Amino acid sequence: MPELMYREALNQALAEEMERDANVYLIGEEVGRYNGAFKVSQGLLDKFGSARIIDAPIAELGFTGLSVGAAMVGLRPVVEMMTWNFAILAMDQIVNNAAKLRHMSGGQLRCPIVFRGPGGAGGRLSSQHSQALEANYAHFPGLKVIAPATPADAKGMLKAAIRDENPVLMFEGERLYAIKGEVPEGEHVVPLGKADVKREGSDVTIITWSRMYYFCMQAAEELAKEGISAEVLDLRTLRPLDEEAILASVRKTNRAVIVEEGWGLAGVGASVVDIIQSKAFDDLDAPVERVTGLDVNMSYAANLENATQPDAPKIIAAVKKVLYREGA
Amino acid sequence: MASPYSKELLLDMYRKMYLIRRFEERAGQQYTLGKIAGFCHLYIGQEAVAVGPVEALRPDDYMLSAYRDHGQPLARGSDAGMVMAELMGRDTGYSKGKGGSMHIFDIEHHFYGGYGIVGGQIPLAAGMAFASRYRNEDRVTVCYFGDAAASQGALHETFNMASKWKLPVIYICENNRYGMGTAISRIAAVPEIYKRASAYDMRGEPVDGMDVLAMYEAVKDAAEYCRAGKGPVLLEANTYRFRGHSMADPATYRTKHEVEEERKGDPIPKLRAYIKKQGLAQDDVFESIEEEVNVLVDQAVKFADESPEPSLDELWRDTIVEEGEEDVRPRERVLGQKVNWPTYPSGQELKVTWDLEPREQAEAADKKAGLIR
Ligand SMILES: Cc1ncc(C[n+]2csc(CCOP(=O)(O)OP(=O)(O)O)c2C)c(N)n1
Ligand SMILES: [Mg+2]
Repeated sequence: MPELMYREALNQALAEEMERDANVYLIGEEVGRYNGAFKVSQGLLDKFGSARIIDAPIAELGFTGLSVGAAMVGLRPVVEMMTWNFAILAMDQIVNNAAKLRHMSGGQLRCPIVFRGPGGAGGRLSSQHSQALEANYAHFPGLKVIAPATPADAKGMLKAAIRDENPVLMFEGERLYAIKGEVPEGEHVVPLGKADVKREGSDVTIITWSRMYYFCMQAAEELAKEGISAEVLDLRTLRPLDEEAILASVRKTNRAVIVEEGWGLAGVGASVVDIIQSKAFDDLDAPVERVTGLDVNMSYAANLENATQPDAPKIIAAVKKVLYREGA
Repeated sequence: MASPYSKELLLDMYRKMYLIRRFEERAGQQYTLGKIAGFCHLYIGQEAVAVGPVEALRPDDYMLSAYRDHGQPLARGSDAGMVMAELMGRDTGYSKGKGGSMHIFDIEHHFYGGYGIVGGQIPLAAGMAFASRYRNEDRVTVCYFGDAAASQGALHETFNMASKWKLPVIYICENNRYGMGTAISRIAAVPEIYKRASAYDMRGEPVDGMDVLAMYEAVKDAAEYCRAGKGPVLLEANTYRFRGHSMADPATYRTKHEVEEERKGDPIPKLRAYIKKQGLAQDDVFESIEEEVNVLVDQAVKFADESPEPSLDELWRDTIVEEGEEDVRPRERVLGQKVNWPTYPSGQELKVTWDLEPREQAEAADKKAGLIR
């Protein structure tokens, strides 16, 4: 299987889907002649032309709403957000229109559209450019929210998102784009709404998604050296949550740690805890722990930035706490 | 001089304007009776702004509006009973009672909705027009919005793209001079909305929105311009709402005198006088049209009132499209009538021939700037 970077996997998914379906177009800032702010759309303008790879003005609300309108009448737009921080300007069109069209029209309309771009901390960019915002959107019925961690999932889930009949929001990561992994060629579609056990274990379940996955894997390896067997469950989709997979893993390990880049209050992890406490309370041998971004704005200074985010040592400490190991 | 308009066209316009007027009067009544709740924004006074354009357009041209949205679908041929049922929150409404007064959608008649976020429909319309260009169709999209919506950023972002990409969209600003209780002159640096088009090198014109024939001519011309690929048009229809902003508004921010003066410009008697003057019809004809419409609206109210509320199972439908799920066709579902439903070319059939930014143009610009690609 070929090794690809996360951004190349996305590029492949886009190219394949655009080849397969002429209703698919890509719009966003710098997606065309600049080949994408993070080079996800490298080479696509040459391949598909300027009506399908569209350099948009810096008008997030405008080009997002325009694309929602195009989706209402049969096209399948992919809207690239330069980063999700900027997509806050487009939130009205995503939340008030895309998520509600099916409902307001009583089932007459559908809105097959993908909004995608990097979320989370990019690295030394301070507070406006470093937000993990997926929890905001996971709140809204009418949307699907995905956040793949690996290149293979990035390709397979983008393909599934483009084929989905609903608005799908995809959270990538500036620090994920260069990560390499094996990616199946051609028709590789990963169904939305399904979590994936990325590492099997028996003592504790670490639940996560997106970039935090790599810290969790690192933590699991460290823990293995100490004889602790951690299962890593990659949620991949945040709306709808894969309850079955969460419960199955927790029922097996009886302990859970949830790792989330974003803030804890009203985070996705809070909902995961709720699922576990209401449906698997009797299976738990310890209270569920959460590792989240600190409840502060992200700083530029390297030490402050690092301290704000979850990392492997913090995850290891949380695991030891739910296992009642000394030193936790 | 003989009228350039056929008798059928003129009487059809009259019938449609009267239908909207009568429907809205009855809707107001039903609100007072507690049968309609929430926000209910009446169209009384603005009928010409819906009817002139509808007559000037093709039935398959796309149309959408804000929340003051009963007039356009009625003019396009939506079932009055099903619109009234939507207002009453009944299962037989166009959206099964899920949307209410502010969200009328009738896709069969290419009416793509009423939107409750001021200005939120403006980018959607550009996208629908974009889809038409993308598929090389000669369809136009018509988008209504209020004078207050003209101050939204969404409008400016959209006008820029619509003009740059020459999208076939006609924006009709219904300037009824107020956004809720705020006069446009109090909040707009330039209260003549049509002038905003010039900032985007886009065609913009004022129209007498109390004159159905003026609206008809303006939209006919604008549609031709759009279909010829020349780009978007902004029409500012100067109109007036005779009632409050919504049924909940007693409209104390305007004087009685102002409203009385404006009522003299009522578009319905104006058209009637024109038709009579042209000798195309006399009072008996209008009376029989009105009688027929009164009966139709009575029936609509009765139909709605006798309809059940949606079943609680409906709570779990129409939020996410499930795999293989079809779209709901309201008239088929409610009245058992076969309807034409829009279809789109598949991804393999569709050939996109449009070049949004022609390569030669881009390269010439680069060359001129001394850039090498
Ligand atoms: C974004 C947003 N802000 C405020 C409101 C509340 N609101 C509803 S209608 C309205 C006035 C709009 O006036 P205008 O655009 O002139 O339309 P008209 O009601 O006169 O037809 C306001 C402020 C809203 N629905 N959406
Ligand atoms: Mg107004």
